[in-house]
Amino acid sequence: MNRLVRRTVGAIPVIIGISFLIFLLLHLAPGDPVTLMLGDNATPQDVENLRRELRLDQPILVQYWEFVSRAVRGDFGKSLKFNEPVMKLVAERLPATLELAFASLLVAITIAVPLGVYSAIKHNSLLDHAGMSVALIGVSLPNFWLGIMLIYFLGGQLNLLPVAGRIEYGIEIKTITGLYLLDSLLTGNLTAFWSAFQHLLMPAVTLGSALAAIVTRISRSSVLEVMRQDYVVTARAKGLNEKTVIWRHILRNALITIVTILGLQLGALLSGSVVTETVFSFPGIGDLLIQSISARDYKLTQVLILMFAVTYFVVNLLVDLLYSWIDPRIKF
Amino acid sequence: MFSQRFLKIWVGGAILSLLIVCGVAAPLLAPRDPQAQTLEDRLRPPRWLESGSQAYLLGTDNLGRDMLSRIIYGSRISLMVGVATVLFAGLVGCTLGAVAGYFGSTADEVVSKVSEIFLAFPFLLIAIAIMAFLGQGVGNLIMALMLSRWVQYCRVVRGEVLSLKERDFVTAAKALGGRDFYVLFRHVVPNTFASVTVIATFGMAIVIITEASLSFLGLGVPAHIPTWGSMLSEGRSYINRAPWLTIFPGMAIFITVFGINLLGDGLRDVFDPKLRRQR
Repeated sequence: MNRLVRRTVGAIPVIIGISFLIFLLLHLAPGDPVTLMLGDNATPQDVENLRRELRLDQPILVQYWEFVSRAVRGDFGKSLKFNEPVMKLVAERLPATLELAFASLLVAITIAVPLGVYSAIKHNSLLDHAGMSVALIGVSLPNFWLGIMLIYFLGGQLNLLPVAGRIEYGIEIKTITGLYLLDSLLTGNLTAFWSAFQHLLMPAVTLGSALAAIVTRISRSSVLEVMRQDYVVTARAKGLNEKTVIWRHILRNALITIVTILGLQLGALLSGSVVTETVFSFPGIGDLLIQSISARDYKLTQVLILMFAVTYFVVNLLVDLLYSWIDPRIKF
Repeated sequence: MFSQRFLKIWVGGAILSLLIVCGVAAPLLAPRDPQAQTLEDRLRPPRWLESGSQAYLLGTDNLGRDMLSRIIYGSRISLMVGVATVLFAGLVGCTLGAVAGYFGSTADEVVSKVSEIFLAFPFLLIAIAIMAFLGQGVGNLIMALMLSRWVQYCRVVRGEVLSLKERDFVTAAKALGGRDFYVLFRHVVPNTFASVTVIATFGMAIVIITEASLSFLGLGVPAHIPTWGSMLSEGRSYINRAPWLTIFPGMAIFITVFGINLLGDGLRDVFDPKLRRQR
């Protein structure tokens, strides 16, 4: 428990540092952010009014303090582009990104863990070499290009899957959690489920492919490492069958590294979602971030980047907690 | 096994050399000016397809610009951004990591805290954040990528220096009267070069993909400079009518990154004795 408390407390200065860095970025931007936001046609009066409204006329530390004190109360101000509270926009878009991230994670785990483990167990075999070559290709494939190619072949040429959005236009879905797959199942709306599933498939494969490649490589090397340990030799020497050795002695121990990498890669998934959502016009946080950047809505951009960073940090903390469940030798 | 290990280095090195040649000799290799527009030849398919023109091997884009020339010129940005980022990030990261690891105490604490903050951001996000606020430009792009990559070098070098500084040759160098900075940069840091070379190689592949992603999102270099990422982004609107606008730039990114990753894999196999045992 002590370590958990220590890690949580230790996270506070890091989160403050992150928020300050993001806050500083707005002030490092060349030129006046208010002029940039309003464009060239704004009158000096408009500029002055917005500057006062955004409190940009205050000293930087005062501005930062106000930003933090509002943020801890959940008030992140209004988006200039959408003229709506930032938190409302985030709440509307977040489920889409979460659904995409979970689906990609599922794609990655389903492909990568068995492939990596099998490659290690049969290492130096033809399958091992083939698996590692596929993984190398996966790591080198730019995911936005893969997405465009999937759109071209599966969407355009073969007309198998929809190429944009989250659900077919006209299909009504009752929102409970905002996760369309879950909501449609909870309400028994199978038409909506099928449509949401089809819309999710290509983005999830696109986002999950790079992660799958990394996890395959890590799973393989982690299993190879464990296979050489003395306790595995002992397990074999006492006559356990190979299945038990693999499942109970090798995989359980190799899982720690795999979970760590999955946790660390969740950050890559979140930032990768920015690109994937843009390719598929998938209405999530990543798509919102790019829209806010092109509209020069700095307030919204600032909050979204902060959210991504904090989410990444919290996910890493949760991964730490998972360790003790996987490996009881690790205690908090 | 030996030949296979060196095969990766040869193939990867050949692909990287091709990128370097394309980048450096682009004006000599490109058949046309990459910016020259021939509107009557717009959206011409590659030469081997029906209605393809002999004049354009890989076809033309929506403004009638030669795709092959644009791809060749696009390699310049990938190469320049890749090399500059790896050099600057490597220099900053290795220096900070070496100082933190060798001197410890306050220097180590400050460097570790700062790198923890940078590690708390996924690197693509740092780059997006910086480019969003600083605006497009090659200089800004290199800075954004450098700020998102230095921490990898810093952590690895710090770790290695921590263990190297306890070794006998360091004690001997100190006993002979070597000053701290001399011992650190003359004796300790050169011993981290094997690991740094491997991270730099993989780092270059990551930087090239990140640069392409940023250009694809419209956050990279200004639109008039041809880059593989921006070509993909422009070609996306014509995906069904002119798929070559996205296929070729994407393949250029993929082959380059694949080659560099292969080289990194090969170098790691050679440098890392632990991996040699695994094989």
